[in-house]
Amino acid sequence: MTTDSTKLFELIIAASLTNNFVFTRYLGLCIFFGVSKKMETALGMGITFTAVMMISAALSWVVYNLVMLPLDITFLKIIVFIGIIAAFVQASDTIMRKMSPGLYYKLGIYLALISTNCIILAVPLINADEQYSFLESLAFGFGSGIGFALALIIMASIREKIEVADVPAPFKGMPMAFIVTSMIALAFMGLSGLITI
Amino acid sequence: MHELQRLVLDVVRLIHGLDISNLLLPYVGVGGGIEAHEHVDLVHTLKYTLIFLVGVSAIFGFGLALTAQKFAVKIDPRVEKVKEVLAHAHCGACGYAGCDQYAEAVVNNPEVSPSLCTPGGALCAEAVAFITGKKAEIKEPIFARIMCQGNWDKSSKKFRYEGVQDCRAAVLAGGGDKSCLYGCLGYGTCARVCPFDALSMAEDHLPFVDITKCTGCRKCEAACPKKVIEVLPASKQVLVACHSKDKGVDTRKNCEVGCIACGICVKVCPFDAPKVERNLSRIDINKCRVCGLCVPRCPTKAIEDFIPKRSKAEVTDKCIGCQICMKVCPVNAATGEKKKKHHIDHSRCIGCGICTAKCPVQAIEGTFNATDVFCLAAAKKQNAAS
Repeated sequence: MTTDSTKLFELIIAASLTNNFVFTRYLGLCIFFGVSKKMETALGMGITFTAVMMISAALSWVVYNLVMLPLDITFLKIIVFIGIIAAFVQASDTIMRKMSPGLYYKLGIYLALISTNCIILAVPLINADEQYSFLESLAFGFGSGIGFALALIIMASIREKIEVADVPAPFKGMPMAFIVTSMIALAFMGLSGLITI
Repeated sequence: MHELQRLVLDVVRLIHGLDISNLLLPYVGVGGGIEAHEHVDLVHTLKYTLIFLVGVSAIFGFGLALTAQKFAVKIDPRVEKVKEVLAHAHCGACGYAGCDQYAEAVVNNPEVSPSLCTPGGALCAEAVAFITGKKAEIKEPIFARIMCQGNWDKSSKKFRYEGVQDCRAAVLAGGGDKSCLYGCLGYGTCARVCPFDALSMAEDHLPFVDITKCTGCRKCEAACPKKVIEVLPASKQVLVACHSKDKGVDTRKNCEVGCIACGICVKVCPFDAPKVERNLSRIDINKCRVCGLCVPRCPTKAIEDFIPKRSKAEVTDKCIGCQICMKVCPVNAATGEKKKKHHIDHSRCIGCGICTAKCPVQAIEGTFNATDVFCLAAAKKQNAAS
């Protein structure tokens, strides 16, 4: 039991810090640059992202391990995972609109964006490749969600300051954001010795 | 032709002869790892693939259809239509959080007025009124007016500011670098918040309002830390463009174009519109008739006339020779004998429009207010007739 829980903890730390998807694997950059302009949107996106990530990781684990592995059709995983995520996001969009309009107006706009994010596809694929158990898959999904939220929040807090700073004209906007991201990525390299799996 | 047919038959025979299921088919995983199966039963794989894909898509399809039906939210189709005609600046001028909220309120609540969208203007108000079945109130357009003419050449500074180039930041440093506490700082915060690109910073570090783009959403008014911007009705085009409440001497020291509260405008105005209070003259926009008499008389040129060029008055053949225009003209430009057509001396006329407004038979045209005066008179006549 102790080894189990340490493994789960290690997975969460690994996915969120040492192998942060944005800063070490360079995935999901599109949303990362698009949503990190304001702290408020960054927070909303982070929360929605983590929730969607965990649920889609769980759903794809079930389909992959209970249906696709026994039938020996694992080569279909990319297409099936995309389908699962898209369908789940669409369904949750509809349900949220009815059940809690308040939450829908706050987070609904991010849902459609999420379905096209590559981290959300990468997590089930890595889960399948590494043959994680159900709990481990959940932990991995949670960790990567938290990692993405962390990246967004760090970036948003810096970019809000950059907005008013005196940046040389050619670097204004996106170029500066990329430079800052590379700096944070360098800083995250320092965490790489923290945990090894 | 025969040869081609034979070739095709050959190829078909060749394919038949091949036993694909005995081939070693590589199996490529996502991570780049290749797992080779010794034997792949192609028929089986294909069968399961088809069944699985059809099954998964059927489940997703039916599931989504079910949720869509079960959790359907009824939206008034009018809300979408209203949303389309609104300005989509999300400026909050209507008093709601955003355009979506206003669209919902205006459709569902019969007491919400359809003409609250200031950026959309009269056209949008009419469209919303048409969709919701309400009556649009015609509102005069409003524009942002910069109540300061003290650019960096004409006004003095008390220190050199080299911080963040934003008025909101500059004002933190001892109220800004300008000697005048009430003037425009000129770091362009208003131009950056304007959602319609109507404000731009001119060369002389004063904002310029493009009234063809300005919608009167009041975002700049809220953003300006010096409260230099006022949003006023479009027709009120003569304004004291100064907010300085310093004593006349101090104002003059700080700025060449500040109001020194000399009171000349109060004396000149035939309608009692300007009033000097706490060392500052202010024109009461309800009393002002935009005649522009005060503009050339102001010793510091603090009064701004937004009519670019005032056209001169012209007497038409309708004139009955009543001499009223001669009595009201502040510059004695009107001349003529009784019962004969009068004449207006263009070298004297300043285009104030007072005679146009006072003429009992609407015989004077050419001034800026002529169309308004004629429309009003026609409406009055119609009212009297009915």
